[in-house]
Amino acid sequence: MSGEYDVAVVGGGLLGSAIAWGLGRLGKRVAVLDEGDITKRASRANFALVWVQSKGLGMPAYTVWTVQASQAWGRLASELKQQTGLDVSLQQNGGFHLTLGEDEFGQRTELVKRMHNQTGAADYKMEMLSASEVKKSLPLIGPEVSGGSFCPLDGHVNSLRTFRAFHTGFKAFGIDYFPERPVSAITKSGGEFRLTTPKGELRAAKIVLAAGNANQTLAPMVGLYAPMGPTRGQVVVTERTMPFLPHPLTTIRQTDEGTVMIGDSKEEELDDRALKHSISGVMADRAQKMFPHLARLNVVRSWAGIRVMPQDGFPIYDQSETHPGAFVACCHSGVTLASNHAFEIARMVAQGALEPELVGAFSAGRFGGAGTANNSGY
Amino acid sequence: MFRRSEQDKRPQVQIFVDGAAVAARQGDTVSAALLASSYDVRRSTAVSGAPRLPYCMMGVCFDCLVTIDGVGNRQGCLVPVTEGMQVEIQKGKREIGK
Amino acid sequence: MTMAPKREAYDVVVIGAGPAGLAAAATSAEAGLSTLLLDENIGPGGQVFRAVASTPVTDRNQLGADYWVGADLVQTLRASNAEIIQRATVWSLDRNLDIAVSVGGASAFVKAKRVILATGALERPFPIPGWTLPGVMTAGAAQTMLKSSALVPDGRTVIAGQGPLLWLLAAQILRLGGRIDRILDTTERGNYFAALPHAFAFLTSPYFAKGLSMMREVKAKVQVVSGVTELAASGDGQLASVSYVAGGKRETISADLLLLHQGVVPNVNLAMSAGIEHRWDDLQLCWSPVLDASGNSSIAGIAIAGDGAGIGGANAAVVRGRIAARAAVEALAPAAGAKLPSMAALRADLSKAERGRVFLDTLFRPSPQFRIPSGDTIVCRCEEVTAKDVLDAVAIGATGPNQLKAYRRTGMGPCQGRLCGLTVTELMAQARGKTPQEIGYYRLRAPVKPITLAELAAVPKSEDDIKAVVRG
Repeated sequence: MSGEYDVAVVGGGLLGSAIAWGLGRLGKRVAVLDEGDITKRASRANFALVWVQSKGLGMPAYTVWTVQASQAWGRLASELKQQTGLDVSLQQNGGFHLTLGEDEFGQRTELVKRMHNQTGAADYKMEMLSASEVKKSLPLIGPEVSGGSFCPLDGHVNSLRTFRAFHTGFKAFGIDYFPERPVSAITKSGGEFRLTTPKGELRAAKIVLAAGNANQTLAPMVGLYAPMGPTRGQVVVTERTMPFLPHPLTTIRQTDEGTVMIGDSKEEELDDRALKHSISGVMADRAQKMFPHLARLNVVRSWAGIRVMPQDGFPIYDQSETHPGAFVACCHSGVTLASNHAFEIARMVAQGALEPELVGAFSAGRFGGAGTANNSGY
Repeated sequence: MFRRSEQDKRPQVQIFVDGAAVAARQGDTVSAALLASSYDVRRSTAVSGAPRLPYCMMGVCFDCLVTIDGVGNRQGCLVPVTEGMQVEIQKGKREIGK
Repeated sequence: MTMAPKREAYDVVVIGAGPAGLAAAATSAEAGLSTLLLDENIGPGGQVFRAVASTPVTDRNQLGADYWVGADLVQTLRASNAEIIQRATVWSLDRNLDIAVSVGGASAFVKAKRVILATGALERPFPIPGWTLPGVMTAGAAQTMLKSSALVPDGRTVIAGQGPLLWLLAAQILRLGGRIDRILDTTERGNYFAALPHAFAFLTSPYFAKGLSMMREVKAKVQVVSGVTELAASGDGQLASVSYVAGGKRETISADLLLLHQGVVPNVNLAMSAGIEHRWDDLQLCWSPVLDASGNSSIAGIAIAGDGAGIGGANAAVVRGRIAARAAVEALAPAAGAKLPSMAALRADLSKAERGRVFLDTLFRPSPQFRIPSGDTIVCRCEEVTAKDVLDAVAIGATGPNQLKAYRRTGMGPCQGRLCGLTVTELMAQARGKTPQEIGYYRLRAPVKPITLAELAAVPKSEDDIKAVVRG
C-alpha cells in the first residue's frame, strides 16, 4: 500500500464509504482503511431509516442538515444505480412513529409541538394523526395503537446494499480499499499524513477520520476532538413475508426482501455479543400490538449493535487547526446522512475546508472544555 | 420417489394436502408423509421462487417449510402428523397472518 | 411428553437426546442430580438412533445391531429420574447457563448448574451444481425416513459421496427392498495412501469387519463407480439426471433421487452462540470446540459431548456423554461421583471407541472440488447466493463471513449458516490465500432456531427493559 493519496479515509463503514465514494466521484485519489471481519460495525447493525421527523430538537441546524440529506438521497440512489447496477431500494413516501396508549400519544404530541416551536427549524410537515387517520395508511394496525406522528419526508433504504454499492463503486472510481488495517498512529510531516497500520504505513495529503466511536481516540492524534457516548441497540428480524407495510415506522420496517425489522433498544451496555431477550421481548410485544398479524411470524435473527453517538447526539464535522488537512466526521444516522456525506462533506474535504454556513454548527467546539482549544470552530 | 416398506404396520392417519386427502402413518413427520405421497409437494422459495423439496430431514436446512393448520413456515420434518391436519404447500413468501 | 420443564432450575441440563445426550442424562440422573434432557425430535435417539423407540422397521437385522444399542440407552434413561422433553427446541444458551427453550409454541426459561451440549452433527454441505433441485437430498435424510417411517427409495436412485454412513445406508435400503441404481464413490484415490499409516489402528477397530462386510453386501447388488472426480445434478425444477466424471470419462444417468453424503461435521450453532471458543480442525475440516479432557468448554459450566465435540462416532459419543456427566457429578455431588466408573476407565473406553478414527478421517477426507464450489453453484441455499457472488464480494473487500453477510446476505436466512458456513469459510480462505482459522465463522446469536414473535413477546420483562425501548 505504498503510493500517495490525496485523501486517506479512516473507517470503511457507511460514513467513511460515503465520503470516500464522494471524493472518488470528484476524481480524488482515495484510500480507505478499515478493520476486519469482526469489529463493531454500525453499518451492519443499523435500522436503515432515511429519517427526518424529530431530528434536531435542541439544534435547528441538524434539522436543516437532515432535511437536505433526505432530499439528496434520490440523487445518491440513482447515481449508485447508474454506476453499479445496484438498486438500493430507496423508498421515501413518508414514515410513521406509532404510539400505544394515551400517555405515549400525549408525549408524542408534546414533542411534535416543541419541534414546531423551535425557531429556525425547517418545516418538514410532521403532524400528529389519530388512530383512525393512521389506519387509512396502515390498515393492519391493532386496537392498542392510539395514533402517531407522520412525516412525508421520511423513508428507508436497503442499507446493506447501499454499503455494497459504495464498495462496488470504489472500484470504478479507483479508490483503494484496505481492510484489516486499523490505524494505530497518525503523524504529519513534510506536508503529508502518515498513518500506521499493522500492514505498513500509508501516506496521504489529507485524512478524514470516520472510524465511528474510535474517532474518540484517533482525533486527538491530529489536534481534533470527538467526544462520544455510544449506546447499545438490539434489533429483531423476522423471516421474509409478503409485503404488508407500505410505510416505514421508527421501530418497524419491512425490507424490500420481505423481512421485517423490529427495533430498537437503547442501553448503556456496550457488549455487542450478548443479547438481552427480555428487551427483545419488549420490542416484540410492542410490534405485535402495533400489527397483530406479526405475532405468528418467525424471528430468524436478532443482534445487538453499538451506536456511533457523539456525546450530545448531534453530528461532529470538524477540521484541525494544528494539523491542516485533517478532518473528523462522526454521527449517528449514517444512513440518513449518507447523501450529505457523499456530496457535501466530500466536496468540502476535497476543497480543503469545511463551510461554516453549512456545517459550522457541528464543530466539536460546541462541547467546550478540555480538548476544544485546538478546534477551530471554523 | 419413496415408498413404504410392507412391514410398516403403524395405524393410518389421514391428513389433507392442499385439500386432498393423503394417507400418512402414525409417527410420520409431515415431510415424510408428503414425500411418501404421490403429490407434487414442491414448495417455492421466498427469494427466487425456485422449487424445493426437503433436503436434510433433521431440522437444519429449512427446505421443508410448509403451512400446517394455517401457520406458515413450519419445519415439516420436525412436526408429527395428526388426524385431519391441514397442510398447504407454500409458494414464495409466507403471507402475513398465516 | 411435550410439556414445559417442571422446574426453573436443574443441576444438569442436557441438550440433545442422541447417544451422548442419552448417556449423559442417564449418568447424571442415576447419580441423583436433578436432570433435564431437552430434545428437538419427536422421540429420543438423535440421528444415529433415530426413532429407536418407535421405528416401524421391526426386523432387527435390517437396521443392524449398532442401531439397537440405542434402545438400551433409551431404556436406561427412561428408568432413571431424568425429566425428558421431546419436541423441545433450545433457542438460546448464554454464558450464565440460562437456557431458553420452546415447547409447544411457548418458551420456558431454565437455569442449570451444568449444561451438557449434545447437539451432535449434521451432514457436511455438498455444494455441487444442482444440489438445491427437488430430488436431491442428503443420505442422512433418506436414512431418517427409513428408520422413522420405513420409507425406501422407489424411483431411479443414485447415491453419491463417501464415508461409512453411505455404505450403511445403502445396505439398509437394500435390506428393506428399496432401489439403488448406482453408487458414485467420490473417495480420492490419493486418500488410500495417506490413510495407510493409520490403517493398523483401524484394522483392530470394531468398524473394520462390519464396514467390509457391508461394502461387500452392497457391491453384490449395486453398480459402484469409484474414483468419481466431478459430480452435478440437473433437471428443470426437478432432478432429471446426474452426471459425473470417473477415470476421466464423463457419464450422465437419469435419476429421480440423488442422495449425497461426504461425512458429518459438528453442529456448532448453539455452542457458538453461547460464545464457546471453536478452532478449525485441519483433519476433519470443520469447526470444533476447544475442550478439556472432560469435555469442558471455554465457558465455565458448559461441557460438550458427542459429535458436537468433534466427530468421533456413536460409540465415542456415548462414552463422552458419560465422561461429561461424571465431571458434572464430581463437581456437584462428589459422594455420588465416587460410585461411578472411574475417569480412567471411561477414558480407556473412549480411546477404544476412537480407535481407527484418524484412518477414517484421512481416507474419507472430502476432495476440495466437492467442498469448494465455483461459478453458479449455490453456496447459501436460503438466500440463494452462488460461489461467484461470494468471490465477487471478496474482490470488493469482504474479508470474512460476517462482512460477506453485509455484501451478500449469506447465512442470514432461516438455517443461519448451517448449510453454507463451512463452504463460505473454505471458499473465502481459498480466495484470499488464508487459513480457515484466519477467515473465521459467522458470529451467531440467539435465537439459534426461529421462534414466533408472539413467543419472544411473552418473555418476562422488567421496568428497565421497557424503559430501554420506549422513548419519545
